[in-house]
Amino acid sequence: MTVPLLKVDNLAVEFGPKANPIRVVDGVSFEITAGGAVGIVGESGSGKSITSLSILRLISEPPGRIVQGRIEFNGVNLLELPRSKMPDIRGRDIAMIFQEPMSSLNPVMTIGDQIGEAIKLHEAMTGEERRARVIEMLRLVGIPDPAGRLDAYPHQFSGGMRQRVMIAMALACNPKLLIADEPTTALDVTIQAQVLDLMHKLRRTLNTAVLLISHDLGVIADVCERVVVMYAGRVVEEADIRSIFRTPQHPYTRGLLQSIPRLDDDRDRLYQIPGSVPLAGSVKKGCPFYERCSLRIEKCMNKMPPMFSFGPDQRAACWVTASQADAKEKEAALQ
Amino acid sequence: MAVSIEHSELPSPSLAPEPRALSRLGYELFSRTSTMFAFAVVVIFVFVAVFAPLLAPYDPLAQSILKINRLPSADNWLGTDQFGRDVLSRMIYGSRNSLIFGLISPVLAAICGTVLGVVAGYFGGIIDRIISRLIDLLLAFPELLLAIMIAAVLGGGFWNVIAVITVAFVPGFARVARASTLAVKQEPYVEAAIAVGVRTPVIIFRHVIPNIAAPIVVLMTLWVASAIRLEASLSFLGIGTQPPNPSWGNIIRDGLNNLFGSPWPIIGAGFAITCVVLSFNLLGDAVRDVLDPEISE
Repeated sequence: MTVPLLKVDNLAVEFGPKANPIRVVDGVSFEITAGGAVGIVGESGSGKSITSLSILRLISEPPGRIVQGRIEFNGVNLLELPRSKMPDIRGRDIAMIFQEPMSSLNPVMTIGDQIGEAIKLHEAMTGEERRARVIEMLRLVGIPDPAGRLDAYPHQFSGGMRQRVMIAMALACNPKLLIADEPTTALDVTIQAQVLDLMHKLRRTLNTAVLLISHDLGVIADVCERVVVMYAGRVVEEADIRSIFRTPQHPYTRGLLQSIPRLDDDRDRLYQIPGSVPLAGSVKKGCPFYERCSLRIEKCMNKMPPMFSFGPDQRAACWVTASQADAKEKEAALQ
Repeated sequence: MAVSIEHSELPSPSLAPEPRALSRLGYELFSRTSTMFAFAVVVIFVFVAVFAPLLAPYDPLAQSILKINRLPSADNWLGTDQFGRDVLSRMIYGSRNSLIFGLISPVLAAICGTVLGVVAGYFGGIIDRIISRLIDLLLAFPELLLAIMIAAVLGGGFWNVIAVITVAFVPGFARVARASTLAVKQEPYVEAAIAVGVRTPVIIFRHVIPNIAAPIVVLMTLWVASAIRLEASLSFLGIGTQPPNPSWGNIIRDGLNNLFGSPWPIIGAGFAITCVVLSFNLLGDAVRDVLDPEISE
């Protein structure tokens, strides 16, 4: 059993006044092994971005705060580190890229200075060495003529190129973990494919572990080995990529998969999960998916389902499918 | 037959930077007659102030009982005042005061105001509340009233006048800096910089301040005119530049005693103040047009 690179355990994040907090992330646990790739998928407001921000402790306090759980990186609980130590971790051990490539670069600094800034913070290098490193990073992410573009400003780059620059900046110090929060959402599909290819390449060449946040299962399937499905601040299913697509166990995951449009589909209207995500903090008891679930039984209304195991690589939080699986197992045992 | 395709170099994407602010400013200056005129006035004003000793026909402080309250003549182009001093020479030397106050005060106010505003905007919370209330307090008074109040406490004198004008201008800068900081703080590039491990002071100096510089610079150029006006007002009221040192404000004040005998000191100094203030305002507008993306787009 290898020690995971990152282990998030029972994480909970609250927003709003202390007296009447809104819990936007509740009991989230998952692991990433060194060099591995895990995807978090979920609708808007499911808490996936907050989870990723919590790892680097980038949640602004107030109004937000992490109220429970552990985030272990290489065996060190990041939540117990003093706040002043966090800048040493950020960028050097764990790096992050964000959704908006168009505005994630400082408009008044050159590309070279911005990538160089990250290197300067974490590694002792002379100006020359740093420049060489920046050029190397730009070449790695596929910016043509990297030496000539060092002194260019962000507005001279297209969206896809800016996202590459962001990736170069994040990877400049060889972090062990790259958190990518919807890195392809704002890009059109061809650029999306290029960025995903780039992430594959980086995983191969640098052995960087990746935590990919997305609402697009296709993107996650392309890059990741494991998937964490989040709904209303909770993990509802966690499995390897194969099981998620072949045997999804949570009705929400099944709904998500059904809503993916298919080329051979003749339906006039795409499938949709009825209803919408409950407001953060409005679910007090029972399964958060109860209102929209097609399989719901009375038990779901009152008792939050724990994570049930479905085989060695798959866990899901659903009373109904768990009992169905149990029944099937018993049937198999009888025969 | 195979057509040989020559390996032609791909046209490299245009690397030309967008027209830089300075050349845009140049363009803006010379594209409008009024701005060009204003620029010329400012250049003449600065020239006169710098070379005052060479240009002034007389010593501005030299008194003469023989030539009291004279009308303009070939010797004294704007006449003389009640002490027989040459008004034109006093005006030429007075321009130095206006220039110095007009430049130093807005710059000092911009520095103090930016520091206060950025600290308030970036850190928020209780710090923000304290600074904001302080600013509101200062903003409650009109600039001139505030300046008179502080001058009354400190008295006249060069540094006191600078302090007075600076304090009067700080709240405006702090307001603008705070509002801009609040906006810039939310920008993803600030979050991205934090995420690669940049510490707070560097975030403020490298990522926040350069991005709020444009509105501060605009405000500064606009307030050069206000500072000149304010210095003249204070000197007119007798709490600015102290006699016998010349200032456009106290030339007007001295001229009042002999308004009906010779209105020329008042007309001359008044005209100079009007021209210079108007020109700096026009220039400020031009700078704003260049730096404000919403107007220049």
